[in-house]
Amino acid sequence: MSRRTTGLAIEAEGLTRSFGDTRALAGIDLQVPAGTVYGLLGPNGAGKTTAVRVLATLLRPDGGTARVFGHNVVTEADAVRSRVSLTGQYASVDEDLTGTENLVLLARLLGLKKPAARERAAALLAAFGLTDASDRQVKKYSGGMRRRIDIAASILNTPDLLFLDEPTTGLDPRSRNQVWEIIRAVVAHGTTVLLTTQYLDEADQLAGRIAVVDHGRVIAEGTPGELKSSVGSGTVHLRLRDPGQRPEAEKVLQAALGVPVQLEADPVALLARVGEAGSDLDASAQAARALGDLARAGIVVDDFSLGQPSLDEVFLALTDHPAVPADERDDQLEAAR
Amino acid sequence: MSNATTTTTDRAPSVYVPSAEALATVLAPGARPPRPSALGASLTFGWRAMLKIKHVPEQLFDVTAFPIIMVLMFTYLFGGALADSPRDYLQFFLPGIMVTSVVMITMYTGLGLNTDIEKGVFDRFRTLPVWRPAALVGMIFGDVLRYILAALVILGVGLALGFRPDGGVGGVAAGIGLLVVFSFAFSWVWTFFGLVLRSEKSVMGVSMMVLFPLTFLSNVFVEPSTMPGWLQAFVNVNPVTQLVAAVRAAMSGSSDPSSTMWLLAWSVGFVVVFGTLTMYRYNRR
Repeated sequence: MSRRTTGLAIEAEGLTRSFGDTRALAGIDLQVPAGTVYGLLGPNGAGKTTAVRVLATLLRPDGGTARVFGHNVVTEADAVRSRVSLTGQYASVDEDLTGTENLVLLARLLGLKKPAARERAAALLAAFGLTDASDRQVKKYSGGMRRRIDIAASILNTPDLLFLDEPTTGLDPRSRNQVWEIIRAVVAHGTTVLLTTQYLDEADQLAGRIAVVDHGRVIAEGTPGELKSSVGSGTVHLRLRDPGQRPEAEKVLQAALGVPVQLEADPVALLARVGEAGSDLDASAQAARALGDLARAGIVVDDFSLGQPSLDEVFLALTDHPAVPADERDDQLEAAR
Repeated sequence: MSNATTTTTDRAPSVYVPSAEALATVLAPGARPPRPSALGASLTFGWRAMLKIKHVPEQLFDVTAFPIIMVLMFTYLFGGALADSPRDYLQFFLPGIMVTSVVMITMYTGLGLNTDIEKGVFDRFRTLPVWRPAALVGMIFGDVLRYILAALVILGVGLALGFRPDGGVGGVAAGIGLLVVFSFAFSWVWTFFGLVLRSEKSVMGVSMMVLFPLTFLSNVFVEPSTMPGWLQAFVNVNPVTQLVAAVRAAMSGSSDPSSTMWLLAWSVGFVVVFGTLTMYRYNRR
């Protein structure tokens, strides 16, 4: 049933690419095993999209090499194209056309005869819950429907490798779950998926391995479990009733957790990483102890939460700088393109 | 009962729940069909252009209203001054204004490509394993239909105003044929600029800068013999002049082999030079 589930789907070595003065890729190395979901995790402007565009043959790298199922993306682009599909960050279907027309158009371009193309389009629309919208222009679709028609268009020929560039950015939670389910079904069928995302929980939910990308470089790589244990498995957020008690709370927390405590911009808020590798207690036990110590010190806590580290926190841990300021870089990249 | 057929467009009728079984059936890899031929792929992209006209019929404004205005304006503006009457002028002028209008309309190929390529759909086209120029050739195929439509609109207006070509149906068809061949070739100039320039505005600017001298400094409006020598030198090598001469000859029932040859040579040149440049840019974008 599945075509290729062994070996490497993607091998990239030292990929570089600049737009003007901006280095979008500063030497990316990737090894993506076939038949898995591989996550590229990073903020806007980290180089994720550029990496995907190089691997999907849309952009030539300035340096380095990349192979997709053993085919060089520059010199054997056509062989690569017959094996991959791309769902870009922005709608990669024609918004003026209807759902059916888009799928029939692409099916014809993949070589299906007209009746077969119509049949395939109808089957995909049904499987993606778009039958009712099949004769409507895509520009009238909701965000979630648009994503679905986009992914449907990408699996018209059941590709061996599917690139999904931030497939859930901007979607509501329900649509996001739908996309996740679809991705799971696609990979269960033997297609390799390269997924870019800004959300750690998304990579965690879907990907077998994750590469964290920053400033055009892979700064960490591993299974979600490995990454999280290197970062610490959780973050405690606290809000105090009295801002005057914050310095004291900081001391108590630091003593209880044995980690540096960060003061947030909000004068009553603090946060600390818990569950670091090497700690004798797990995250929730550490948090419970901290809460107990605060109560004994007479510090009133209004709000308390223990959550997975956010992308920002992963970044702080891995790079000592937050993930955000790349927005400006992103604009520069757009302009340079 | 009656409300069962009422649908609201902004609300999804039911919540979509992805079903693993339904997805599994569409994911079953069938045998991969052989890739379509270069012509097949181009025609499929041409079909896309047709569908876009169907969904956005406003885009036909430039091939209907614009040519009508051009014919009326210039026939009555210059008709009395340059010939005995607008009707007399029309016999000379109509093939020229047809060429002018259609050649001007070719710039929309560049504008269309420039806006189209900014949207994600071109990324998908460029990752398809099809003959590379197909997306652009198909786009121009669609435009060729627009050129034909514009030419027919102008012909209709001309006939209504008293244009009586001696070449008859055959001659007029041959003239339009030459015009379409040239316009197809000339469109590649605009695909190149559409890819190279950043914004729609700059494409428009460059188009106007090229098109105004090309169409006005020609034999469209007046005989080149009335112009100073240096201008005649330009006018005589201008491909639009050759095109107008050839079309005029065909429509009047004669032929102008030298102009026809020059115009075909120009056409081949445009496709070879700008087609190559366009594909170079398209592949390296």
